[in-house]
Amino acid sequence: MRPLTPRRIAGICALLAGVLFIVVVFSLQVGAYPISVRDVAMTLVRGALGHWNSIPSSDRLIVFGLRLPRIALGILVGAALSVSGASFQALLRNPLADPYVLGVSSGAALGAILALVWLQRFPWAMQGLAFLGALATIAAVYFLGRRKGQLDSATLLLAGIITASFLSAIIMFLMTTVSGRDMRGMAFWLMGDLGTAPAIGLGFLFFILLIGIGAIYTTSSDLNLILTGEQEAHHLGVNVPRVKLVVYASASLLTGLAVSVSGAIGYVGLLVPHVMRMLFGSDYRVLIPASAIGGAIAVALADTLARTVVAPTELPVGAVTAAIGAPVFIYLLRRRLA
Amino acid sequence: MSTQGIPAPNAGRDAAADWMQNPVRLLVEQASYAYSASDRDAPDFTLGPVTFSARQREVVGILGPNASGKSTLLRLLSGEFKPLSGRVELDGKPPSQLPLRERAQRIAMVHQESALTFPLRVWEYVLQGRYPYGRRLRFENEADCLMAENALAQVGAKALLDRRMDQLSGGEGQRVILARALAQQPLLLLLDEPTQHLDIGGKVELMRRLRKLAEGNRYTVVVVTHELNLAAEFFDSIVLVQRGKCLASGKPADVYRRELLEQAFETELDVEMNASGKPRVILRGGEETEIAEDSAETPKESQ
Repeated sequence: MRPLTPRRIAGICALLAGVLFIVVVFSLQVGAYPISVRDVAMTLVRGALGHWNSIPSSDRLIVFGLRLPRIALGILVGAALSVSGASFQALLRNPLADPYVLGVSSGAALGAILALVWLQRFPWAMQGLAFLGALATIAAVYFLGRRKGQLDSATLLLAGIITASFLSAIIMFLMTTVSGRDMRGMAFWLMGDLGTAPAIGLGFLFFILLIGIGAIYTTSSDLNLILTGEQEAHHLGVNVPRVKLVVYASASLLTGLAVSVSGAIGYVGLLVPHVMRMLFGSDYRVLIPASAIGGAIAVALADTLARTVVAPTELPVGAVTAAIGAPVFIYLLRRRLA
Repeated sequence: MSTQGIPAPNAGRDAAADWMQNPVRLLVEQASYAYSASDRDAPDFTLGPVTFSARQREVVGILGPNASGKSTLLRLLSGEFKPLSGRVELDGKPPSQLPLRERAQRIAMVHQESALTFPLRVWEYVLQGRYPYGRRLRFENEADCLMAENALAQVGAKALLDRRMDQLSGGEGQRVILARALAQQPLLLLLDEPTQHLDIGGKVELMRRLRKLAEGNRYTVVVVTHELNLAAEFFDSIVLVQRGKCLASGKPADVYRRELLEQAFETELDVEMNASGKPRVILRGGEETEIAEDSAETPKESQ
């Protein structure tokens, strides 16, 4: 018997943070203009100390102006998507749940596009509507996925996929109403893209994501019990409706925010919690922080691939995660149904 | 057991002394419940007034055919449902009015089946029983671990400690689920058809274990079961329900009357007493007994 301790969680987080740091340095190096590890390190150290003038201007522009903001965005989006995936998996008691597969990302994308088309003047409209879109979609999929009052795994996934395709149709319709130049940008964004800096600012984004992840973390003991059944959790003293409300709302917030700044990056919420479970166990008290950092690693790495494999052009990062995620999803689905 | 929770006047001084030392723990008095699709609709199912009581160290069986309201009664006892009329009290307090976590410190429920989505170790599962104690987000300490080990030892499953829940056999899984309930250190232990996936050896073992747990830990145990003969053998009292009505409650010898059981289960049964004075139910009739057939499906034979 080895009960989980805060120390062990801190150790796991430190380990993952180390891996994340290596990924960040690697990602800063590679690209159309490669920079050596030594130069990256020098630039970072000098930047951290505030010695801006001693950095060569090209390195300064590429590291601090281009690559680092993009990596930071990837880190935030990855953490948000993967925590929200882990949360949906617990509440729906379905290891294949993921904001993208459940259609929640599409709901958020529809909200964001509605804001782009009609409410361009309001800076927070995109985030707000994306959140509402995500929340409405998970509610709809939850009710469509029930059979005889019970959540049915296959029905739930089907409901998510059908909902996503329906929402995509509406998104397509809306996109035809915008001009051709905007449309290419939108199509790229829809596939999941980290190329545009968020209008709301990285600091703000970080702050709100932290609140969302923190809210979910306060329920992690409850989620462990809900995994073994809602009735069981109730009889062990969990206020199940309250936990569901907090976690559905927070997970929708995370998905909505992530989609509003980077489009629908798929399968991160499915793959990352799965790998973290294999490495560190299913206890949500460690799974949530591990998924957050793991998701950051995954998206930072995927985006590095996206901007280097077909250089000098770029792929949307969503294409990379889908190319890896979809086959793994099929593998997991078949193994589960076997 | 006395249905009123007070000793009968002629029970004598021993019974009175026993009552002083061991007062009624679970009191169910004219408790009823009704399900309905909405508030305005007529109820789809009603559980009529049920009255019985139980002390510590007593094991009570709830018997009856399928869909007779056994599980509803259990959920009334667990506090998940609030009785529509009458009262349910555990040590003088209605369970449905206790805060959830306090309730979980007093009442543990073992459910019919618990499907697991993710692989958990046995010890992780049993430690979950410590959740009602301490803060909502908490880490288990050494005392919790001792409690969990002790609970596993009590169900004879200490060797399973590091196994994965999804790799246990039906009987092993049942014991671990029971251990999680024991880790809650409840006063009242409720079990919903715990013998369902067990073979006859496993069933007898579980009944013996419940008996022993009730004695050793001073639990009051209430079991919903279909096992008529095992219930008569191992339980102190029986509540017989049928179609939402409580037909009888009391000692097995009083409840196991032929007319009552035949009425409840709608089949021809015989009851005999064995040497120790415990009733035993056997099937009567056999091949020549007629069973109802749907005439539409078998038109020739029904003529």
